[in-house]
Amino acid sequence: MTTTSLTPTRDWWRIPQRYVPVLATLTLLLVMYAVGVSQYRAFSNVQVVFNVFIDNGFLLVVAVGMTFVILTGGIDLSVGSVVAMTAMMSASLLQGGMDPGAVLVIALLVGPTLGFLMGCVIHFFEIQPFIVTLAGMFFARGMCTFISKSSIPITDPFWTTMAQERIGDPKGNFVSISVLVAFVVVLIGAFVLAYTRLGRNVYALGGNQQSALLMGLPVGQTKIAVYAISGLCSAIGGILLSFYTLSGAPLIAVGMELDVIAAVVIGGTVLTGGSGYVFGTVLGVLVLGVIRTLITFDGSLNSWWTKIVIGGLLFAFILLQRLIGIRKK
Amino acid sequence: MSTSKARWAAVTGHALFWPVVALIALLVANTIYRPGFLSVEMKDGHLYGSLVDILRLAAPLILVGLGMTLVIATGGIDLSVGSVCAISGAIACLHISQQPDQNALGGVLVALALGVGLSLVAGAWNGALVSIIGIQPIIATLILMVAGRGLAQLITEGQIITINSEPYKSVGVGYLLTLPLAIFIAAGVALVVAAVTRRTALGMIIESVGGNAEASRLAGIRSGRITFLVYVISAVCAGIAGFMITANVSSADGNAAGLWIELDAILAVVIGGTSLAGGRFSLGGTILGALLIQTLTTTVYAMNISPQTSLLFKAVVVIAVCLIQAPAFRARFARRPPAAPAAPLAADQPKEQVPA
Repeated sequence: MTTTSLTPTRDWWRIPQRYVPVLATLTLLLVMYAVGVSQYRAFSNVQVVFNVFIDNGFLLVVAVGMTFVILTGGIDLSVGSVVAMTAMMSASLLQGGMDPGAVLVIALLVGPTLGFLMGCVIHFFEIQPFIVTLAGMFFARGMCTFISKSSIPITDPFWTTMAQERIGDPKGNFVSISVLVAFVVVLIGAFVLAYTRLGRNVYALGGNQQSALLMGLPVGQTKIAVYAISGLCSAIGGILLSFYTLSGAPLIAVGMELDVIAAVVIGGTVLTGGSGYVFGTVLGVLVLGVIRTLITFDGSLNSWWTKIVIGGLLFAFILLQRLIGIRKK
Repeated sequence: MSTSKARWAAVTGHALFWPVVALIALLVANTIYRPGFLSVEMKDGHLYGSLVDILRLAAPLILVGLGMTLVIATGGIDLSVGSVCAISGAIACLHISQQPDQNALGGVLVALALGVGLSLVAGAWNGALVSIIGIQPIIATLILMVAGRGLAQLITEGQIITINSEPYKSVGVGYLLTLPLAIFIAAGVALVVAAVTRRTALGMIIESVGGNAEASRLAGIRSGRITFLVYVISAVCAGIAGFMITANVSSADGNAAGLWIELDAILAVVIGGTSLAGGRFSLGGTILGALLIQTLTTTVYAMNISPQTSLLFKAVVVIAVCLIQAPAFRARFARRPPAAPAAPLAADQPKEQVPA
């Protein structure tokens, strides 16, 4: 072995390996969009893209929270139920005639509180995140039916304004307010992860908990914080979902945690933690959205193909992560 | 005096003490609420009663739990069992629905063979992803969990296939020697798994792989094969459970069959004292855990609480049992270290001398 091989020459065209998964997702997204445009004339309409955002705004917000959790090497199965519980609670409180502002505050407090408690149990009692958040999932879903067994419509003027307000250009293309909220959450999430102390701690914890502890990083605080953040994102997602559907239903968002985890993984975040970007998660959510749109446009394919395709993509991306991991060694 | 105290400490310190207490408490609560709860009566040569019902309904969960126990013992996890249930049930019902005579035993046997065959393929897929490609188990099985539901719906073409086949129905609701057939199937599988793992070296090998796969490999155990094997066993158990679930309602629904059974099964395993970190397993504990979960569900139904709200109770039980079993929690709240048998004896002696 010569000495030159020890210091690999960095060619300018070589992409840093940590960007490969994200770029693969981006390529996939562009290819899928191109296929859509070439197959269906209406697909090139800008509104199609906007609709993907409108239909998946809440998913995007929840996925940002999940990215934090997965980056630490944990997992949060409770997100779907917390989304449903938040929507249900807002609907029920609004039906009781409470002020919408107060409802928003309460709804935004419950999710993070549950997340905080789950984080405490995970950290202090060293029980696996999987089991603790599973219990959280059962609890939140049970609360939904405890509040009401049937769906509750929302007629509050503030909520209907938020649902129906269209922000768009004169040509008639528009996005809903939910999309703007989702964008703000994504930007804050990306900023926190990339440029703050908390973000560094999250990456360090996911990279190696033992090392993080020995370096004197606040492992416990960080761990509890990510579950609280995930709870907050789920709560925001729940409110966006209640804007979208204008109701709270006890069985809404069942199985959403799987979609969210799939989006995060397709977005290039490694499930063992320590590597991944919020931008990748955004791409992952968009991939899921475009798949659904393609299947809707096709018309002859049935909804179950969505699940099969998502499963196939999960497989492909996990394999890609694995190959990159092997090459690193 | 001190020996009885030590014995008492040994009993309360046993991994299955709290699950047993919870199960007994539930049964007592049921009996108080509904005095006829414990009675079992004979009608038309069959035994009827809440206890028999609990056993019958717990059978699929016990089956899935047994497979899950072995997977978790190797330090893995199998999220795809619910989907495998749906797939095996769907293919069996599809095959039977295509037969001219749905009551023919031959057709039903072929259907069961098809279901088990597909489960084998599913298990081999999971096993290959984990042992050959080396993907983390939770993600490797997540793939089949998501895609499997789609495949099950693909098999049934999105419909709910309804069948009218007596032999197939008997898998779920049939009787043998006055007891439901499902109980015998679950007990049979449990005995086979227990015999194969505890009467041969296989159980210890599985535990060693769970303890440290690389060290076991260096010690001459083919870790990869063992890992592969447990996923196949888990999938086959799930496939048989899928027959029971679909036979119970004589129809296959790709969406609903076995929904969330993976979570219940993992719960049963954890309640039964098997650590999710792997390296040790207790088949008896898993069966106890499955019975506890089913008793809880039945209790909630009997008390006229909606099935969804029962999730609240489940959450409480999960957290309570996990906390009690967690070493960190015990260390924090136990007055004496539970791991040291000598310490309680020493601490007990001065207490005895005071009254004397």
